[in-house]
Amino acid sequence: MELNFLIYKVILVLIVFSITLLVATYSTYAERKIAAFLQDRIGPDRAGPFGILQPLADAVKMFMKEEMIPSVSNKILFIIGPGLCMLTACMTGVIIPWGKSINIGGVDYPMQIADVNIGILYLFGVLSLGVYGIMIGGWASNNKYSLLGAIRASSQMISYEVAMGISIIALVMTTGTLSTGEIAAQQTSWHWNVLYQPLGCLIFIICAFAETNRAPFDLPECETELVGGYHTEYSSMKLGLFLFAEYINMFISSAVISTFYFGGYNMPLIGRWVHDPNWLAILGFVFLFMKIVGFIFFFMWVRWTLPRFRYDQLMNLGWKVLIPLSILNMVLTGTWMMRHEIMAYFSK
Amino acid sequence: MITEYLFYLLSFLALMFASMVVLTKNPIHSVLYLVLTFFAIAGHYVLLNAQFLAAVHIIVYAGAIMVLFLFVIMLLNLNKETEAHKSIWLKGSAVVASGSLMVVLVGALKGAETIQTTNTFNANIGLIENLGMTLFNEFLLPFELASILLLAAMVGAVMLGKKSIK
Repeated sequence: MELNFLIYKVILVLIVFSITLLVATYSTYAERKIAAFLQDRIGPDRAGPFGILQPLADAVKMFMKEEMIPSVSNKILFIIGPGLCMLTACMTGVIIPWGKSINIGGVDYPMQIADVNIGILYLFGVLSLGVYGIMIGGWASNNKYSLLGAIRASSQMISYEVAMGISIIALVMTTGTLSTGEIAAQQTSWHWNVLYQPLGCLIFIICAFAETNRAPFDLPECETELVGGYHTEYSSMKLGLFLFAEYINMFISSAVISTFYFGGYNMPLIGRWVHDPNWLAILGFVFLFMKIVGFIFFFMWVRWTLPRFRYDQLMNLGWKVLIPLSILNMVLTGTWMMRHEIMAYFSK
Repeated sequence: MITEYLFYLLSFLALMFASMVVLTKNPIHSVLYLVLTFFAIAGHYVLLNAQFLAAVHIIVYAGAIMVLFLFVIMLLNLNKETEAHKSIWLKGSAVVASGSLMVVLVGALKGAETIQTTNTFNANIGLIENLGMTLFNEFLLPFELASILLLAAMVGAVMLGKKSIK
């Protein structure tokens, strides 16, 4: 039993890891196609039918390019930087409930790698470590522009983490748990958290955009001001890893938003037609993926629609709008939850 | 059994990284080793079944405080040329002072006995539900006082950050 359990978990980790990489790879293709669609172009169509082999061609290009490490850089940290970025990007997938458990031969196989009872805190821990890859990479390049880009990126991420944390506190208050598995399980039929926490959900999505450094918050990358960004000195696949980590983050953020606010693997009314629990679990996985793909499309749609912010506007939005709003949301949620006690107090 | 091995491994890592913090010349490396030390200590918390404490330890120390340290050190760009040179007398007196502190510590710990705890230990005390109940019942006053302290620090930081104080 113990060994079976271990083998099962290892297989699950490998599956989640490869799905993450696969989705991130094809997000790059989707990004190009959606950009082309929104700008009335065709987009990549040379490699394979409809250009679906484009990510492979990109990967080959990235690997084949000349690898350069600046001689004045700190070599070990220069190599660790992009690796750390990828590591923290991949670590969050562990706590996401991909579906209900599947029952094979009387044994339940949950589709979540680790249902730790502090899932949300784990998420924030990993999120706050995401800064290190960028900062180490930017500093180790020994280039003023890289350092400035790294500082921009990390101060943006730190600022938006605060609002994100406070918006999540309101969610934790209504659900009464820190475990991601339980949060997903509570949202049966139409009891999606977005209906109970609309403001919190909006703040969370905005902060997710800022955390993944996506447009309209893609300030860390700026050719006109910073030459490139924190990855100015990087070339070949090291640059590729930095860019790829952004797509993984986007996939994981979409999964987190779907799980926390949009019902996770639940879909209303499906219980009427499908009764077998195993089929329900598999369908739940499919539904979660549909939601995730929808959010990835939303991320790209916003990128190619909205103009970017100026850096001071970004900081103003983070500190002077989102944080007070999220605190207001928390206070309102608390007041609503304690309404019976408050009414009883005043009617005395 | 496996927890015992893990304990020794984590203790070894924590001590090694902590000494590397002091021994490396480059301040950035010191900060990064300190982050690794915090990870080793968070591992100890997990071994004690205090997952909440471990997660908060990582978020607050590794994720927030050390990032600010890194910010400051990166912007100052400290290196060997700008390092302040200390006189030989200062170095000598530092060796004597810390050496005698070590003698005192070794002497004090040598005489110490291992104490057997009499009250039973609740293994689930570190889980978040129990921690919340304890904090908001038994230790409500100290908890609220700590929050007032944090609020005062926050107001102070905002005041210092203002461009012009009227």
